[in-house]
Amino acid sequence: MKKLLVSTAAFAMMAGMAMAQDVVRLGTEGAYPPWNFINDAGQVDGFERELGDELCKRAELNCEWVTNDWDSIIPNLVSGNYDAIIAGMSITDERDQVIDFTQNYTPPDPSAYLGMSEDVDLAGGVIAAQTGTIQAGYVAESGATLLEFATPEETIAAVRNGEADAVLADKSYLAPIAQEDPDLMFVGDDVPLGGGVGMGVRESDGELRATFDAAIQSMKDDGSLNAMIEKWEVSSTFE
Amino acid sequence: MSCWQTVQDYALRSLGYGERLLPREGYTLCEHFTLIGSGMIWNVYFGAIALFAGFFLATVVALGKGARNPLIRKPSEWFIFIFRGSPLFIQFFFAYFLFLSLKSVSPFFDAFTSAWLGALIVLFLNTAAYSGEIFYGALRSIPKGDVEAADAYGFSGWRRFRKIVWPTMLRLAWPAYTNEAIFLFHSTTLVFFSGFPAWQQRGDALYYANYFADKTFNPFVPYPILAGYFILLTLVVIALFGLVNRRLNRHLPQEARRGLRLRLNVIR
Amino acid sequence: MFSFCSDPSTLEGLRWLSCYLTTVKHANLYIAVGTVLLLLAITAPAALAFGFGGAMAARSRIWPLSWVGKGYIAIVRGVPDIAFFLFFVIALDQIFEVIRHKVKCPDWPDEIWQGSDFVVCQAAKLPLGNSPQWVHDAYGFFLAVLTFAIVFGAFAANVLYGAMRAVPRAQIETAEAYGMSRRQSFWRILVPQMWVYALPGLSNLWMVLTKATPLLFLLGVEDIVYWARELGGTALPRFTDYPHGDWRMWYFLALLVFYLGLTKVSEVALERLMVRLSHGQATTGGEAQRRAGA
Repeated sequence: MKKLLVSTAAFAMMAGMAMAQDVVRLGTEGAYPPWNFINDAGQVDGFERELGDELCKRAELNCEWVTNDWDSIIPNLVSGNYDAIIAGMSITDERDQVIDFTQNYTPPDPSAYLGMSEDVDLAGGVIAAQTGTIQAGYVAESGATLLEFATPEETIAAVRNGEADAVLADKSYLAPIAQEDPDLMFVGDDVPLGGGVGMGVRESDGELRATFDAAIQSMKDDGSLNAMIEKWEVSSTFE
Repeated sequence: MSCWQTVQDYALRSLGYGERLLPREGYTLCEHFTLIGSGMIWNVYFGAIALFAGFFLATVVALGKGARNPLIRKPSEWFIFIFRGSPLFIQFFFAYFLFLSLKSVSPFFDAFTSAWLGALIVLFLNTAAYSGEIFYGALRSIPKGDVEAADAYGFSGWRRFRKIVWPTMLRLAWPAYTNEAIFLFHSTTLVFFSGFPAWQQRGDALYYANYFADKTFNPFVPYPILAGYFILLTLVVIALFGLVNRRLNRHLPQEARRGLRLRLNVIR
Repeated sequence: MFSFCSDPSTLEGLRWLSCYLTTVKHANLYIAVGTVLLLLAITAPAALAFGFGGAMAARSRIWPLSWVGKGYIAIVRGVPDIAFFLFFVIALDQIFEVIRHKVKCPDWPDEIWQGSDFVVCQAAKLPLGNSPQWVHDAYGFFLAVLTFAIVFGAFAANVLYGAMRAVPRAQIETAEAYGMSRRQSFWRILVPQMWVYALPGLSNLWMVLTKATPLLFLLGVEDIVYWARELGGTALPRFTDYPHGDWRMWYFLALLVFYLGLTKVSEVALERLMVRLSHGQATTGGEAQRRAGA
């Protein structure tokens, strides 16, 4: 009898833990198409929405989407307001010191300059970038005049109205814009930055990280990840 | 690297002197204090100049709002209403938009899209509207006897304004005006945060605090440092305004002076 | 929303606009308007309560209490609200969770701060990890209200502290002459009379509070400025049925109208309140009313 009680208690505890663990909250920015954006129905949509849902299905997790400002996306993960970041975040050493990354779900992909004319001086001109991105850090080091804006939208606007000669951002973000607007074009060579995009999790959350790692690996293995990348045109595909 | 070296490298970084690249690793406390302190130069610059220039416009607007002629009164009223009625956040947005479009009209406006001039103009207009309302309130509460006495002494027009109305208005408005000054200095943190782009990583104190928070992902160090700097700045502002207040009230008997000091806290 | 909205690409003019403005995404903007108004409605009395507590503490005769009150007023007033918002909400959230952690999981073996991570036991999480999204939203909203109330409470404390001292000394002396205790004269004489002195300052504070709401997105609440930026930004045809260029200007114009309207309504309401409060008071305004009535 006693044994039974103990095991019931243990079962109840495990069930409680499983229930608490079951909901995994995914944090994203919701302002970076095609990676993640809010669609007309007010839902998070985009490559990462589809990817995240598929990963959660494979890992048998119950996932919920949360949007958070880009600036505070890491502090809020670290203090436990959601459990993983899936927001087109490039894997960098700086970030890796504070959080852990899963393996990348897109290969390292170039950033690119978008400008109004072919003969932009990329080394000495005025280059716009979003504050706090790896591109902003790169421009500051390159010697060009860095012009920082809070949102990606404003960086494009700055090029259109002549405040900046070019903008440096992820090529996948710029490509649909360049397609739409005949005045804007890619300038110069692509710049390889970052180590691909991965999901960010807390350093103490090794288990969750392993779960997502395995799910990403299984999607890489059966080719479904490449298909998704092609569908959303976010980057090159894995070999 | 010693702290003194850091100070030499970064103390004037916000103006573009010293080390070109911001610190990229380590992020010592010394670097935090130096760079955020360096950014304070801009906060003081925006606050001090906007306050000084705004003071004169505020006087004009306050007189305008009190004028009988609707051609003078209405524009003053609308000016105060619009700038007091909307968030600074939105004012910066529209100002930047406006300056951008003016720029395409004439190269004369080139400098206006830079924070040092464009944001300064917005802050100047903003504080002029807020102070204008304070001064207007003070104008209305000038004791009737003071003005009657001035008339009896044969003062009129400019002399009456300069010698009687204006000093009394200032005396009455000073406590509230002190608070407006504090608020203005606090508002200067919005310049690079939402309104104007930062050039070459030259920004104000909040910009650098944000930079550190972005790199270390720890908001609990840079923002409290920023807060500390602002508490100091606020204390300085209160002290300076207190000195002026003493001078404005120097003719009053000791008892009455204390009475005015007590009222310092009434508004805001 | 409307039946003719099923294929937006065929629509034009007003019909297109009516469909565009009624997407679910736009509903978020309209909800945000409600959120902001609700926040203001809750924050104002909460800040007043903090202010009242602060002012009472500051004028207390027990020095540690008065020290705390004065310190609260001086420090919080000295810091720009943005700087406060950027770290205070996370700090507040962590403080709550640490307290719950200590109570609910007293024999938890691990450290709470592991390197840069902040980890409390599942039961101490706020809100609990498995609660539905609206609980998270409500909790975020609550934290925002609390932060706003603490910040603006300091300003309110300053105003009320001044107002309490502005009540003519003779009024208190009369109360004492009638044999009232310090507590009685405070609640029966000082508090009812101080509001008329505090109102100009408090109305000014209300105006400043309404203008601070665009900073709500820093506190994790998706406010009207957030949605205006989100909806107004360039919308490419690949990602929406309603593509458009950079329309942020129009959205901000709508916000401008909203804030100006809010200001106008507040001005009228506060003016009326002032007239009510002046009634029967020993001030110029009260005296004027008495004469007009007589």
